[in-house]
Amino acid sequence: MRENQPYEPGEPESPYTGEGNPGEGNPNEGNPREGNPGEGNPGEGNPAEECSSAEAREIAGENPEAPTGDDEDIGPVTEKSEAELLAERLERQDVADEQAESIRRAEEELQKELAKQGAEPVVNIRGLRKAFGEHEVLRGVDLHVNKGENLVILGKSGTGKSVLIKCLVGLEWPDEGEICVFGKDVSRLNYAELNESRLRTGFLFQNAALYDSMTVRENLLFPLRQHKKDMTREKKQALIMEMLDNVGLAESMDQLPSRLSGGQSKRIGLARTLILRPELMLYDEPTTGLDTGTGKEISELMIRMKKKYNISSITITHDMPCAKMTADRIIMLREGVVVAEGTYEELERSEDEWIRSFFH
Amino acid sequence: MDPVLNRYQRARIKVREKRSQWKRSLYNAGDLVAFMGRFFREVWKPPYEWREVLYQCYLVGYKSTFLIGLTGFIMGVVLTIQSRPAMAQFGAISLIPGMISVSVVREIGPVITAIICAGKAGSRMGAELGSMRVSEQIDAMEVSAINPYRYLVVTRTLATTLMVPLLAIFADLIALFGGYVAMNIHDTMTLQHFFIKAMAHLEFIDVFPALVKTFFFGYFIGIIGCYKGYNARRGTESVGIAANSAVVAALLAVFVIDLIAAQITDLL
Repeated sequence: MRENQPYEPGEPESPYTGEGNPGEGNPNEGNPREGNPGEGNPGEGNPAEECSSAEAREIAGENPEAPTGDDEDIGPVTEKSEAELLAERLERQDVADEQAESIRRAEEELQKELAKQGAEPVVNIRGLRKAFGEHEVLRGVDLHVNKGENLVILGKSGTGKSVLIKCLVGLEWPDEGEICVFGKDVSRLNYAELNESRLRTGFLFQNAALYDSMTVRENLLFPLRQHKKDMTREKKQALIMEMLDNVGLAESMDQLPSRLSGGQSKRIGLARTLILRPELMLYDEPTTGLDTGTGKEISELMIRMKKKYNISSITITHDMPCAKMTADRIIMLREGVVVAEGTYEELERSEDEWIRSFFH
Repeated sequence: MDPVLNRYQRARIKVREKRSQWKRSLYNAGDLVAFMGRFFREVWKPPYEWREVLYQCYLVGYKSTFLIGLTGFIMGVVLTIQSRPAMAQFGAISLIPGMISVSVVREIGPVITAIICAGKAGSRMGAELGSMRVSEQIDAMEVSAINPYRYLVVTRTLATTLMVPLLAIFADLIALFGGYVAMNIHDTMTLQHFFIKAMAHLEFIDVFPALVKTFFFGYFIGIIGCYKGYNARRGTESVGIAANSAVVAALLAVFVIDLIAAQITDLL
């Protein structure tokens, strides 16, 4: 469990903040797997490849301040011949190259291993700050979500939880910080790229946000009509049926959203979101306003969908039973900063009174 | 305002408030211009939402025909009845059809149509999009990678731009028919004779600019209605404000365009 570490710029507080920028300190301290290759940030590539020669020597265990072989004052050639010195220098260089290469290989292996285990972060947020006028809602949030993981964000109202997940899909724009979703910084994407990222991300709104002029079937058909133009009519219908079966509301197909209950609306909202097969789901208070039984049903549905489609997710909730059922990991937001992180059981046993107040 | 503040401080606060109001107005005007400009960029880009355009045309056009027809008829009748005594004094009763046709085609038909559309379609769009904004339906479209501007604004604005001219022509014809009915209260004139006399006084310069300005009326009614709804703030109160301000701003735009059109026509 991680507790009470307000964000300080430049101070690595999680494995994801002390980024492996070769230019800053010992490269071994950084986490090279956080990198986002191909984005042109020198800090995000392979350290061994991008390091300067001094840094390469540092990696190889040599003193970077020591003069290189090129400008080394070897004094009068008395004891060793010039050829012997050259051979020694080349040998030293070979050893350094070999060490750098072995480090690079180890990093690659580590990255492959992490990718295999599915531990590659789908979402990686660093130093996120957002203010509305004078009111600073998020004050340097750092978090990550691994593949297949459900991260629950707990916190009191007005602590910026909804703003945080809205930043992930470009509904809000951060003032500062980096929001990497599927390895790309959302705040730097153009409209087309952002839409690509949005297609891989599903968002279940607090009130389900169903299009009230359309029937349930049309609500589900609408995203398909926009994005799956090649799909035949029969396939679309089959997919709609599959999604409605998933949420157990096949019989409500021709109803208008105004005729649905709160729980039914949430389920249809979930079906509409899942119809595009997102890899990441963002749930904005999925059980708020529902009775205990319906809330439990929605939580179970979330777990079922996560298993069925192998979805990573972020859930914002105040509902502790929902958090207990669905969370793989929980982070707690207080006044715009992450104050604690851990599993439900870990946080439940916390000595911090504020944290325990959520659980008891 | 704090009573402890002296007159100078209060005046300074007032000036600051006025300045921020001006700033806000300028910002809103710039925002509206950008919103209007975006229409011309988005309207050409696929996918074309023809189904939605047709549905909106049905709502703006077909659903308004009765109201516009009735208003046009009443305007034709009233215009004839009101002008008859004056025309009779000059022995110019035979000129009434021509006078009605010119005034209806040039001014009354397009403006009455625009006013009704601003009240009916403009407010509907403001309220509909405002409620969609408040209930996060527009956000839901955005996060599904659907361009809400193209789907909601372009379709509605296209519908009003295409429908208002058609409705104006319809209103003109019904108003002329109303004039014919009113003429027959005191005199006897066949429908054919009435229309021949009415058309004889119409020239290209009467019809063409009037038709062109109705496209502008339609465009402004649609875009202003959508702008107000699309940019509604959170909260149910804002839906009412969006609908209300959509009508007011669209009506103002209609009269300003009418004034500009009258000036331009005068120059031709």
